[in-house]
Amino acid sequence: MPKTMFEKIWEAHEVKENLIYIDLHLVHEVTSPQAFEGLRMSGRKLRRPDKTVATADHNVPTDGTPTAALIKDALSRKQVETLEKNAADFGVPVYSLGSETQGIVHVIGPELGLTQPGMTIVCGDSHTSTHGAFGALAFGIGTSEVEHVMATQTLVQNKPKTMRINYSGTLGEGVTSKDLILATIGKLGTSGMTGYVVEYAGEAIEALTMEQRMTICNMTIEGGGKAGMIAPDETTFEYMRGKPGVPADFDAAVERWRDLPTDEGATFDTEVEIDATAISPMVTWGTTPGMVIQVTDTVPDPEKMDSPADREAAERALQYMGLEAGTPMEEIRPERVFIGSCTNSRISDLREAAGAIKGRKVADSVRAMVVPGSALVKAQAEEEGLDRIFEEAGFEWRGAGCSMCLGMNPDILIEGERCASTSNRNFEGRQGKGGRTHLVSPTMATAAAIEGHFVDIRNWS
Amino acid sequence: MEPISTIEGEVAFLDRSDVDTDQIIPKQFLKRVERTGYGEFLFYDWMRDGEIELEPHPILVSGRNFGSGSSREHAVWALHQFGFQAVIAPSFSDIFYSNSTKNGFLPIVLPEEECRAIATAGAAKIDLESQTVSWDGGEASFDIDREIKRRLLGGLDDIALTLQSEDEIEAFEAGPGGTYGPVTTAL
Ligand code: SF4
Repeated sequence: MPKTMFEKIWEAHEVKENLIYIDLHLVHEVTSPQAFEGLRMSGRKLRRPDKTVATADHNVPTDGTPTAALIKDALSRKQVETLEKNAADFGVPVYSLGSETQGIVHVIGPELGLTQPGMTIVCGDSHTSTHGAFGALAFGIGTSEVEHVMATQTLVQNKPKTMRINYSGTLGEGVTSKDLILATIGKLGTSGMTGYVVEYAGEAIEALTMEQRMTICNMTIEGGGKAGMIAPDETTFEYMRGKPGVPADFDAAVERWRDLPTDEGATFDTEVEIDATAISPMVTWGTTPGMVIQVTDTVPDPEKMDSPADREAAERALQYMGLEAGTPMEEIRPERVFIGSCTNSRISDLREAAGAIKGRKVADSVRAMVVPGSALVKAQAEEEGLDRIFEEAGFEWRGAGCSMCLGMNPDILIEGERCASTSNRNFEGRQGKGGRTHLVSPTMATAAAIEGHFVDIRNWS
Repeated sequence: MEPISTIEGEVAFLDRSDVDTDQIIPKQFLKRVERTGYGEFLFYDWMRDGEIELEPHPILVSGRNFGSGSSREHAVWALHQFGFQAVIAPSFSDIFYSNSTKNGFLPIVLPEEECRAIATAGAAKIDLESQTVSWDGGEASFDIDREIKRRLLGGLDDIALTLQSEDEIEAFEAGPGGTYGPVTTAL
């Protein structure tokens, strides 16, 4: 019987009914301390340290602080030091602050070659869906499940439903994979994928690079999906080749991975068709990722919405965002720009953003920062001179971490500040209490930094 | 985990959809390394601004897509430690739903109309065994996975249950399944 890629991976990992084996457990400092403590209290071991890896990303300052002991914020310091101690106690490799391979957990997995096709990957973080771009089954879990994986290397799971989104045609000039996923969430809603593992497929997806694919799978959770996946292909294998963690006999592994893609004739619980050629550069206007429109549109009018729940949510969102219905998106003026996060902080994102600068300067009204996703991305960017391009244009160039994606470190918005951000969540207060976030692609963020307002990147030279 | 059988009492109503876990427990409270002490920070920004008022009743009712966003289990700890024992909404995010069930905190999916009726009634009784919610003027039954229900009713420890399958896990690891993926300690 023809099978979907998801079914193949699921079946290969069933220890028994509803118990699946986990090949890689990624750990970070925020969602793990209580799990390690749980192991200690029950006298349990961490079953497979060799399938576990930890990094410090959510809390770390990006100002060049070299080690955990020097983090100024006492609670952040304690959390990162606790991670280091827990990792040492339980034998887990850890890339903490100061390590040359430290970085956002969803950036370092792929970059170290730990993320591979056909694997099951979990992490106490909802954006674990990112790793699905390699044809892995990867999803976020809570802290109780983190402890469960630590103790048993398995997870109790009901088999999720499957959805395939087929994108016909290819993306237009200036339109990125960030726009593709934002447009998809705009169409399906923030719970449109709830309960589903989503496979992104079609010509538009096949044409993308690995880093662009990661951006799409990353934001699956913003559509409510459990996991996002993309079939591995030559693009995948070429990206992985030579990375430290990949199998020693790489070519043999590639042969195995070629069997993973969904079989012709396999069925999904739901199929969705989207015309990729019709997608434009997108900007969010509200406080959920589903509140998103084309940059050429105007702020929507709640009065014109059908359902009372939508109307109410839109009214509250507009009030929070300080926006008036009918305002052209291109007239909205962010004071802050953030290029970073597990959605858009990889080397190609930074290359695209730097490439759009072309000798121009950040507008006087804007404070802009670039936060590379990992120490390796940072080093690579500096080798290519991207840091100088950013700094000469007036962007701040920071150390690696989650940074202003969630503002657990000192990088935050202040009340009322408006930010063009390449991250994934525009929730109220996400980047700082009272902060107003507009989600965009890296090039759209760069253009907004330079012009001082949103622009349609397609007409911007 | 404490076993659940019935939950009865007054209802708090948070009439919003897409309530995300960043609101339920803002990031500044995620720096703690303990599992307790989150209740007082529940909906910190909204409560502090007086934007919402919530009493620590046994039952919370809210709008669709409750618990969306970040996987932080701290959100469930905060709701539970504040005093809620169950939350009723038209839909939940997958991770929030799962996190709830691991903490003896009962998430119940009911259609929006019934959620509103329960909120209006102001008090309700939840019976997990019979999978019903009853209130003055109405009753509704809800779905729950049989295995999740068994674990909630018994207050069972997931890890202990899984470790009963130790032999199967070992057998799996000894087979081809044990060879997938990198050896992180070898990097
Ligand atoms: S960059 Fe943002 S979304 Fe990604 S893992 Fe860090 S905090 Fe989460």
